[in-house]
Amino acid sequence: MPWTTVQVEKLDNFFIKGDSTGDRVLTYREALHEAFDQSLARDPKVFIMGEGVDDVAGVFGTTKGLKEKYGENRVFDTPISENSLTGIAAGAAMAGLRPIFIHARMDFLLLSLDQLVNHASKWCYMFGGKVKVPMVVRTISARGWGSGAQHSQCIQGMLMNVPGLKIVAPATPYDAKGLMVSSIIDNSPVLFVEHRWLHKTTGHVPEELYSIPIGKGVIRRKGEDITIVAVSYMLVEALKAAEKLQESGISAEVVDPRTLKPLDEEILLESVAKTGRLLITDTGCKTGGTASEISALVCEKAFHLLKKPIVRVCCPDAPTPASDVLEKAYYPDSETICREVKNLLK
Amino acid sequence: MEKSKLIEMYRTMRLIRLIEQRINDEYKYDEIKTPIHLSIGQEAVAAGVCIHLRKDDYIFGTHRSHSQYIAKGGDIKKMIAELYLRKTGCAYGRGGSMHLVDPDVGILGSSAIVGGSIPLGTGTALASKLLNNDRVTVVFFGDGAVDEGTFHESLNFAALKKLPVVYVCENNFYAINSHQLARQVGDNIYKWAQNYGMPGYQIDGNDVLEVSDYAEKAISRCRNGEGPTLIECLTYRWKGHIGTVDDVGEGYRPKEEYDYWISKCPIKRFTEYLKNMGVLTDELIKNIDQEIYDLIEEAFCFAQNSPKPSPDELLNFVYAD
Repeated sequence: MPWTTVQVEKLDNFFIKGDSTGDRVLTYREALHEAFDQSLARDPKVFIMGEGVDDVAGVFGTTKGLKEKYGENRVFDTPISENSLTGIAAGAAMAGLRPIFIHARMDFLLLSLDQLVNHASKWCYMFGGKVKVPMVVRTISARGWGSGAQHSQCIQGMLMNVPGLKIVAPATPYDAKGLMVSSIIDNSPVLFVEHRWLHKTTGHVPEELYSIPIGKGVIRRKGEDITIVAVSYMLVEALKAAEKLQESGISAEVVDPRTLKPLDEEILLESVAKTGRLLITDTGCKTGGTASEISALVCEKAFHLLKKPIVRVCCPDAPTPASDVLEKAYYPDSETICREVKNLLK
Repeated sequence: MEKSKLIEMYRTMRLIRLIEQRINDEYKYDEIKTPIHLSIGQEAVAAGVCIHLRKDDYIFGTHRSHSQYIAKGGDIKKMIAELYLRKTGCAYGRGGSMHLVDPDVGILGSSAIVGGSIPLGTGTALASKLLNNDRVTVVFFGDGAVDEGTFHESLNFAALKKLPVVYVCENNFYAINSHQLARQVGDNIYKWAQNYGMPGYQIDGNDVLEVSDYAEKAISRCRNGEGPTLIECLTYRWKGHIGTVDDVGEGYRPKEEYDYWISKCPIKRFTEYLKNMGVLTDELIKNIDQEIYDLIEEAFCFAQNSPKPSPDELLNFVYAD
């Protein structure tokens, strides 16, 4: 069994409440699978490619059985050529198709930055909107089990600096399906950021095809004393922290931006206007990351609303260590968030 | 080849040459405020390949793509307007000389990153295969692009999937000032094709008939679903890498080498051939030139009199509608 599976199976079965009504419960992984299945069925222009997408594991189960159902022209394995495959996906998109290109680790995305940044993201602007690149680049980060420095990176913050690229980072099964559908039907390149530790998370997911607007965040938990903006997997840690903080009489509002670019400024600023305190937690490294950008945005537009300095809870500026002891010291969790919130409210 | 096609290839080469010379002449007035990379001396490659392409076939090019844009039938007025960075340019003044586009004739944009468009053209070829149509893609690139990983990754994938793409390497021997042999062990780029599992040829890129002959076969292989081909065309750029500079004798390009290639001028050779065949007469040459001069004059007038983009358009097109 692959190590990531071992690690993820050990996690609690975290249930996300209040995302949608109905009693149909799916895991994040199943929700994604359904998004692919329904999108492939709905639009013959959609196809999926990437290393191992058609093998027995099917990218942690998210693409399992799709080749058998839709054929090898719609779901196929690729050589390990991340950069050119990104350009090949972009070229296919320019010719009218809607490719989904998958990196099983976000680290591998770094090999493709020429085609992603220099080409796909710039093409629409550089040619005055005459050529569109409707493609999805799906990446999965992981953590734990000694993954180490090259199998655990979360570089979404780095890529927020790329004009023309949309970035979504859904944290719930409902959002995973809805935002994958939105990413596929969007006419710009979209980076779909997933975290392996979310794959087992469960929540209500409607069976029908639906989309969620890109650029719209959501309030996951209402509160008065502090705003916690939580990105991707850190939402799970933030919700756990908010529950614990409640026991100490602290009312935390948890905001899930869902899309990192373009950011939902309104929801962030409204929440800060209410609480006057802000903690941002992201899965990536601290400097120049997602949390930095959100922090800058709030300072720029709502400095007068802040009662206290902004706090960022992220990974430190160091490569990920493999040792379980060092890993534990490296990754922030709900305890870290609780501690920082309490410090802030002192 | 039919007489009309021979004349069309001649006309395309003259059109490229005369447009490039006019750009060269106008550049000193500082109204073309974009880096230019002229194709003078390399006209036969684009002309010999594109004569066999349909309007709905795709081409991709590089920073030095004026010739391919012209040969594929890109709109000349919009091209010149783009060089003048006007609102009427083919990319509304956002691209400049290195980023020409005309989707109506299959030109989906050229890249100024060396090797950058090779995967893109491989991708449009993948689309042709997945959509089960017979549209062919030709990717033009230089010898410098063979240094890049994208060349190798793309050829491997195209052969693996039997994609309808022709890789045309315009080997002009220099990447800026760096000679091919300073960057590559061998001087046989075409040989890479063999290991990637496709036919590869090294041909005289200054002989438009030879280019046309090999391109026709490669394109027809694509249409028949037989997969990609690599054609290495040996040619030479007369001007320096960028702008209008003449750099011969300044240290890196020997005068003898330059003179040799001038003597192999692709247009001069083809003109002589066509005259000997009786296809081209002095009168026809004059008429074709006059028609081209008129067209160029019209394009430059259009460009110079076109409005520039307005600052309020700055953030349009960052994302697609």
